[in-house]
Amino acid sequence: MQMQIKGGRVLDPGVFDGPADILIKDGIVAQVVPLGANGQTAPAGTTGGSGERIIDARGMLVVPGLVDMHVHLREPGQEYKETIDTGTRAAAAGGFTSVCGMPNTSPVNDSISVTRYILEQAARCRRTRVYPVGAVSAGLCGEQLAEFGDLKAAGAVAVTDDGRPVSDAQLMRRAMEYARGIGLQVISHCEELSLSGGVMNEGVVSTRMGLPGIPNAAESVMVMRDIALSELTGSPVHIAHVSTRESVSAIRAAKARNTQVTAETAPHYFTLTEEAVKSYDTRAKMNPPLRTAADREAVIAGLADGTIDAIASDHAPHARVEKDLEFDLAANGIIGLETSLALGLRLVGAGALTLEQLIALMSKNSAAIIDKPCGLSAGQPADVTIIDPEARYTYRATQGRSKGRNTPFDGWDLKGRAVYTIVDGTIVFDLSEEI
Amino acid sequence: MQWTKKDILDIEQLSPDEIELIFETAFGLKEISERPIKKVPTLRGQTIVLFFMEPSTRTRVSFDIAAKRLSADSLAIAAASSSIVKGETLLDTASNLQAMKPDIIVMRHSSAGAPHLLARTLDVSIINAGDGMHAHPTQALLDMMTVKEKKGGLSGLNVAIIGDISHSRVARSNIVGFTKMGASVRVAGPPTMIPPGIEHLGAQVAPSVDEALTDADVVIMLRIQKERMRRFLFPTEREYARQYGLNDQRLGRIRPDALIMHPGPLNRGVEISPEVADGPFSVILDQVTNGVALRMALFYLLAGGTRDADAD
Repeated sequence: MQMQIKGGRVLDPGVFDGPADILIKDGIVAQVVPLGANGQTAPAGTTGGSGERIIDARGMLVVPGLVDMHVHLREPGQEYKETIDTGTRAAAAGGFTSVCGMPNTSPVNDSISVTRYILEQAARCRRTRVYPVGAVSAGLCGEQLAEFGDLKAAGAVAVTDDGRPVSDAQLMRRAMEYARGIGLQVISHCEELSLSGGVMNEGVVSTRMGLPGIPNAAESVMVMRDIALSELTGSPVHIAHVSTRESVSAIRAAKARNTQVTAETAPHYFTLTEEAVKSYDTRAKMNPPLRTAADREAVIAGLADGTIDAIASDHAPHARVEKDLEFDLAANGIIGLETSLALGLRLVGAGALTLEQLIALMSKNSAAIIDKPCGLSAGQPADVTIIDPEARYTYRATQGRSKGRNTPFDGWDLKGRAVYTIVDGTIVFDLSEEI
Repeated sequence: MQWTKKDILDIEQLSPDEIELIFETAFGLKEISERPIKKVPTLRGQTIVLFFMEPSTRTRVSFDIAAKRLSADSLAIAAASSSIVKGETLLDTASNLQAMKPDIIVMRHSSAGAPHLLARTLDVSIINAGDGMHAHPTQALLDMMTVKEKKGGLSGLNVAIIGDISHSRVARSNIVGFTKMGASVRVAGPPTMIPPGIEHLGAQVAPSVDEALTDADVVIMLRIQKERMRRFLFPTEREYARQYGLNDQRLGRIRPDALIMHPGPLNRGVEISPEVADGPFSVILDQVTNGVALRMALFYLLAGGTRDADAD
């Protein structure tokens, strides 16, 4: 099995940027052939040999397969919201070759059997890679450590109690220490529950709407705690879904001290503000909540200067009945796999990030945090995303592959989308076949 | 001026002209309650549902009496808890109500924005009788009506609102309403109960109760809820009464012809002393009387009003 991706702009952050052909053999990148100013490329559709697929990538962007390190796939247990099948369909359509599945399933992924089940389902779907993330605490109860050794052996790449914080500081300290010994990344959902009793950002808009607020400090006090615990234990920690300017500052200061802190944010935090919930629109309800313009600017600055390492969607599908409710009763979270890339490209269009930065934030940086390979060098697994950066379209949630329709971006005019998603040299998404 | 709105959801959506029309209508209807036979046939054949998802006595009774004085058929549906606890969503419950063809649904709900959700989905007119901490437009309208009745107008008045501003839908609607009608509003209370950005609704935050009361034409005292102590918002009722309560000693600061109001129910001896509540400045029971007329006016405008005529 061979494949050639011909004539595209190959952008492998930190390694290569220019017109090139990519030759894939047996699921592995065999060669990247840079094209000169008059570089020759074979016409589209021709086959170089028996069974060889040639993709005409002229005008396209060819990048390492995108990695979304924060996805709720909901299976097992909440298949009415999403399944691994629909979730990986959405991921592949969004250009993702790998996703990390969060452990707040039912049962919770705190065991070898749930981790194995997730991997088996993912293997059956043969689409995007799924990296299971295990729980920090058994049952997400915050009382005792989950069996990290088993989780690692079964294939988990990280541990987190995401959806809720690890409130007990001693448990978090021990989790960091113990995970370091096992070789698992700890991901922290930072939320001080005694401060966070609200349903949206605390500020002018919550005052006007009469909704209980969640102050920025509910996030940043725990970001600061976890930085301190990381320094105490000499262990890495990854801060999930950063939403506030204070968190960005704290992480920036920590990185200046050479701590082992990494961080991610989600497209909604760099795209929207609390204004999006003004009409009690539950599609914009999430935790942490959408913040102010100053927070959004700080998050963008954090992405630009490397304070924030990764963009992850926090894809959180819900059924309609969980969202068509009174605002304070509606479920938290929005879907994001199929809009992440285009929303990221808006930052490039606005001049806030370079294209190379964006691709690194959405691929190599995330992969590095979970210690997985990513890139287009010869010998790497052939996970490749081919992007049409100029494609313009109106995003319709109802036409999405996810079971979830809960997104405030429904109806947005977007620019840029994946046209091919390739995992291990196999096309798992081809836009031309979908439309 | 013709009435065109389908719903009464909050004060923000009403123009000063619409508010004046409501007052004018209410003053005209007030006299019905003074008659020996307190009933007119105006809304005969109209059905008004009082859909109360949060405990309330006086507001529900006020709406009920208002409906009956206009000969509308009214029925109250009370639910101790949210419908979702029973396994039915709010929208399902409301759609079922609509299917029985009422003309107006009066709704109280503990969730801010719940009436807006209904109004977006249903064709029937919705009146918000209080949603969470967000809005209580009929209370603000009856408060403003009472002030207008006693003072002749609202423009230029100093209004002080004292107490738990954070959790008060009455405070929010009154701040928006009085400022919209040209009054200036000062709020005061423990800093734990002053929500961030309240100035953006039009209120000034006074540094102390005494400063808020100085030269006030209208004082609105808010009910303090004991359960807030558990949330660390204030230490004790005793301290609250001494620091933030309205008592005779503080009355020297307000204008000699000032009005003292309270949306009820009163905590006598906590936010307001019994002497003040029953004293010469108090118009607390006038508020209740005007509440009926004001709600009659809203029913009249929504159900019998000119909305349909205006559509073509």
